[in-house]
Amino acid sequence: MTTDISASKIDGIKKSVYTALWFMFLTFPIMVIKVNTIDNIIIWRWENMFFIGAGSFILSFIWRYMISKNEMKSEDSTGILQTFSEKITSEKKIYIPIIIAAAVFVIAFPFIFSMYNTNIMITALIYVMLGLGLNIVVGISGHLFLGYAAFYAAGAYTYALLNHHFDISFWFALPIGAAIGAVIGILLGFPVLRLKGDYLAIVTLGFGEIVRLILENWNDFSFGPSGIANIPRPPLFNLKLSLSEAIVYLYFIMVVLCIFTVFIIRRLEDSRIGRALVALREDETACQAMGIDKTKIKLTAFALGTTWAGMGGVLFAAKTTFVNPSSFTIWESIMVLCIVVLGGMGSIVGVIIGAMILILLPEYLRAFSEYRMIIFGIVLVLMMIFRPGGIVTSVRKNYKFELESK
Amino acid sequence: MLKLENIKTYYGNIQALKGVDIQISEGEIITLIGANGAGKTTTLMSISGIAPPRSGKIEFFGKDITNLAPNHIVSMGISHVPEGRRIFPDLTVQENLDIGAFLRKDKEDIAKDLNYVTELFPILKKRRKQAGGTLSGGEQQMLAISRALMGRPKLLLLDEPSLGLAPIIVQKIFEIIKEINSKNKTTIFLVEQNANQALKIANRGYVMENGKIILSDTSENLLTNKEVKKAYLGGE
Repeated sequence: MTTDISASKIDGIKKSVYTALWFMFLTFPIMVIKVNTIDNIIIWRWENMFFIGAGSFILSFIWRYMISKNEMKSEDSTGILQTFSEKITSEKKIYIPIIIAAAVFVIAFPFIFSMYNTNIMITALIYVMLGLGLNIVVGISGHLFLGYAAFYAAGAYTYALLNHHFDISFWFALPIGAAIGAVIGILLGFPVLRLKGDYLAIVTLGFGEIVRLILENWNDFSFGPSGIANIPRPPLFNLKLSLSEAIVYLYFIMVVLCIFTVFIIRRLEDSRIGRALVALREDETACQAMGIDKTKIKLTAFALGTTWAGMGGVLFAAKTTFVNPSSFTIWESIMVLCIVVLGGMGSIVGVIIGAMILILLPEYLRAFSEYRMIIFGIVLVLMMIFRPGGIVTSVRKNYKFELESK
Repeated sequence: MLKLENIKTYYGNIQALKGVDIQISEGEIITLIGANGAGKTTTLMSISGIAPPRSGKIEFFGKDITNLAPNHIVSMGISHVPEGRRIFPDLTVQENLDIGAFLRKDKEDIAKDLNYVTELFPILKKRRKQAGGTLSGGEQQMLAISRALMGRPKLLLLDEPSLGLAPIIVQKIFEIIKEINSKNKTTIFLVEQNANQALKIANRGYVMENGKIILSDTSENLLTNKEVKKAYLGGE
């Protein structure tokens, strides 16, 4: 056994040395050679080569070590974290204090932290909502959907335009935005009913871009790239709110709406339709044989998912008080998809944590200035390697083998 | 109760059924036997509307169901147990059964039927909270049949219930199929490659070849028919 381990270690060192050499060779032209065009001489920076060699050796070694550890773990147990999260959700003694602590923190948050932090948190909460919405389409029903930003834009422009032309207030615009999200979801749903997987992703991707391009170019309708400004924040009766008060108010609206979203999705998961969604993901033919109307259920899934995007859009418009098409690029759709995948497909808690990490991390990494996107990228890659099921792997039911008690 | 008249079904350009005529009366067990690719599964798919026929007529209790959507056909009382079981692996046994009763709203009767299927297959009661995918092949087949029964069908379409199962379990499943027929007067249309077993429990049988019915007779006659014996029963 011990010789086996040391042999594998030596093997690992050997491979890491090769990796280091390879990197030294690859980066040689840019890291070592420097041409001074003024004096026409070449500067040889050999010390850089040493740093790259040492750095890539260490990183490669750690990489190998982590992967072998990960493999060993999956061999001897079925995931410690999973049982850990199960324990939290199954024991009342543990989870009630956690919920109370979380509630206190959520309520106290805008009073403890600065307006800047509250503002970021509102954005994060909007993404929680979007993530939960997309989770219905991607996580529960299993359709790869890449045009989510289009519905987000639809919601935002609904509020912006209705307010601009008809002075309709936030509270009326919110349900209208949600309804428009649902309607467009169904309209898009019809032509793509037969598509699955990659094909669906491509079509929805195209749809998202079409919506953005329309908003950008149809000046009479959407005011083009200059967008619509001066959208009012949500009113609280007829009170005049200062900017910071308005933000705190919006924060609480967001918290309540997120709780509402979670509640609805929890209900959906346990409902007849929720089960049909999962069943349809698993086997379409069997579903048909059971009398499930494929078309109806698929469109329901789309509509249920895009409703939240419409609502999120209205909130986005109310938060930034300004909309223009550049807020609804493909990057937005990918971001929401990342939240769902990273958080754990089909898991509500996972999506919430995923949204928090993906939105808050880049904000608070600003200290690292231009390196923050690199760090962000590395975090994503590492996550997918070491926890491919997402942060919180969705456990639909705990399978227990019941022994016969007779 | 069920009448197929000159059914022609295509997959794209490929014609799978070339004019199929079948008649089933209430309370019968009818079997359809034939080689691989003869069109047995397609026949069932045509009846349940999953692969709707391009021409011909299907009547159920005198009503034309040829071009109805599958969900309407199920609600009229035809349940289909698809080939290869096709249970939902991530759903629990209980949830699988609930999906079987998807179109029904009569809660009390659903509970009654749940009792009925767990009496037929007591193992399902033990496995209730287990994911469908963790069941053994035989148990999955039992679950698939139970799931279909949860729709309280008048006609049960069974597609190769013996597929990939050990002979002793096949025996058991065929006994239960017979029991379902005698107890609840559920008419059964059984598609099988295991011709011997199928003919033993059936009243009548149809033999299919290349998308056409080539022979139909009572089971006893088919079992002793020389051609059938040679082609499907493996005897002399």
